[in-house]
Amino acid sequence: MEICVCIKRYPSLGSAIVLTEDGMAIDTDKLGFTLSPHEECAVEAAVQLKEEHGGTVTLVTLGPEGVEEQIREQFAIGADRAIWIHSDSTDVDPQAAAAAIADAIEADGTPFDLILLGSESADNANAQTGVRLAHRLGRPVATAVKGMAIADGTATVERAVGTMREVYTVPLPAVVTVKDGLNIPRYPSVPGRIKARKKPIEEVPANLADPRIELMGLTAPIRESKGAQDLGAGDEAADALVDVMKQIGVLS
Amino acid sequence: MIIVYVDHDRGEIDPLAFQVVSAARTIDNDVQAVVVGPNAEKCADELGNFGVRTVHHGTHERIADYTPLANARAVLNVMDQVAPRAVLAAGTPRGSEVLAHIAAIRDLPLVTECSAIELTGPDSAEVTRARWGGNLLERSKVTSTVLLATVQAHAFAATEDPGAAQIEAFEVPVTDADLVVGIVDRTGAQATGVGLAEAKVVVSGGRGMDGPEAFAMLEELADILGGAVGCSRVVTSAGWRPHAEQVGQTGTKVAPELYLAFGISGATQHIAGCKSAKTLIAVNTDAQAPIMTHADYAVVDNLHTLLPALIEKARAAKGA
Repeated sequence: MEICVCIKRYPSLGSAIVLTEDGMAIDTDKLGFTLSPHEECAVEAAVQLKEEHGGTVTLVTLGPEGVEEQIREQFAIGADRAIWIHSDSTDVDPQAAAAAIADAIEADGTPFDLILLGSESADNANAQTGVRLAHRLGRPVATAVKGMAIADGTATVERAVGTMREVYTVPLPAVVTVKDGLNIPRYPSVPGRIKARKKPIEEVPANLADPRIELMGLTAPIRESKGAQDLGAGDEAADALVDVMKQIGVLS
Repeated sequence: MIIVYVDHDRGEIDPLAFQVVSAARTIDNDVQAVVVGPNAEKCADELGNFGVRTVHHGTHERIADYTPLANARAVLNVMDQVAPRAVLAAGTPRGSEVLAHIAAIRDLPLVTECSAIELTGPDSAEVTRARWGGNLLERSKVTSTVLLATVQAHAFAATEDPGAAQIEAFEVPVTDADLVVGIVDRTGAQATGVGLAEAKVVVSGGRGMDGPEAFAMLEELADILGGAVGCSRVVTSAGWRPHAEQVGQTGTKVAPELYLAFGISGATQHIAGCKSAKTLIAVNTDAQAPIMTHADYAVVDNLHTLLPALIEKARAAKGA
């Protein structure tokens, strides 16, 4: 099976968001970078399918310098090769991003049976790149799935709705966008990390269309400490907690 | 005039639709709805209560259940007839994907998870939308003669404006390709316990639980309080608890009366899922943990020794 997984580089936010002085981006100077849980699950699913059916896993990412770190990390998990669409930023208009990814996939020419993406990006959450990509490539698409099985050229996917699951079937080749919870992504092994150093990354330039959605500014709601009331420790705390629960009406 | 795509599941209307039509009415008085598929007629009465006066009901003998692309075709068909200034839907998986199909087919911009929408000109709009699970707000200008937007859940109140909605029935123009992906089955049982998203009390554990065993105590406490068990992403990644219990940006967003966080440090992505709790109690050995800044009450103690005492006292208080 030929599988493509679209991934994106994100800052690891920790417990607070600091913006740049112009308020147009997150100040990432002191931050590390990572993938989103949705995309980690997408790569894990692709590697599992490769282990079962054979084939290759190709990563596609749109981003600036530094994204190689995330690519190598996913190489260590089991992805084989990558196409890096070199842009100035990861904060790209979703229409332009989908078009650039579609162009790169078509130019690459690999007949992908399955193209996986996260259901929405961790940062901008535009929740549309997968569907736009599917239309550009003329393929069926299923979105926001938490379960997936491939057999006889068909993906059977499940979307969680409360405690129920909706089941959809999608004939391959197809685009599927996935959510955290699809699987438990593995950690890279030491041999995996060594192999990852030599796997190929092909760089292509991004020809991005003008954005139709224009960022005017970002605000991080100020989170002042609520000034938590200290209830002490031990038995004293247990008594105080019971009192609070009674007071707010959840224990009677 | 604004069109709202209204989702329903086998005739049961998505309650968020009432918020979306109410949001639409803050922009324009003329709000028309599109519903698709069998059993959607009764949605019209309910939508009438929220100020919708025209419901376009699309059917086709081959549309038996939710079919994303066919639903998008239905909305496109109505768009071509009534030329709306905006098309809105709830920011649910279904609402997002139906609007994404429309956006892709017409090559239009789509803004998702909006909490404020203002039409500023014949082809421009300004929106406020959530980034990072609501931890960051984005203000953007959208250039399009038809604004496509999904509305963030609970950003707008559902406001009634009772009246009758007229049904305009039409056949959805579909091709084979539009019907390829649709619901073929449903699995899983209806919840028997208390659902996490609706729970009045959520008893949640993080890395400080030190393993799956201690969650038995959280289950016991949740049982006493009539609540549900939740956890942080560290816990599901380690395989201690199922993903369905994960609270956070990529898990479930909860809004209980009480959120009890045991051994949870409080990363931004977790806070995105529990910040709507009315009262938050944090139990952590680290008084400096980020969760403490979100807490109303703090207990700096070892959860493993605190929980047995708390369970005993809570049970006694309930019996009393």
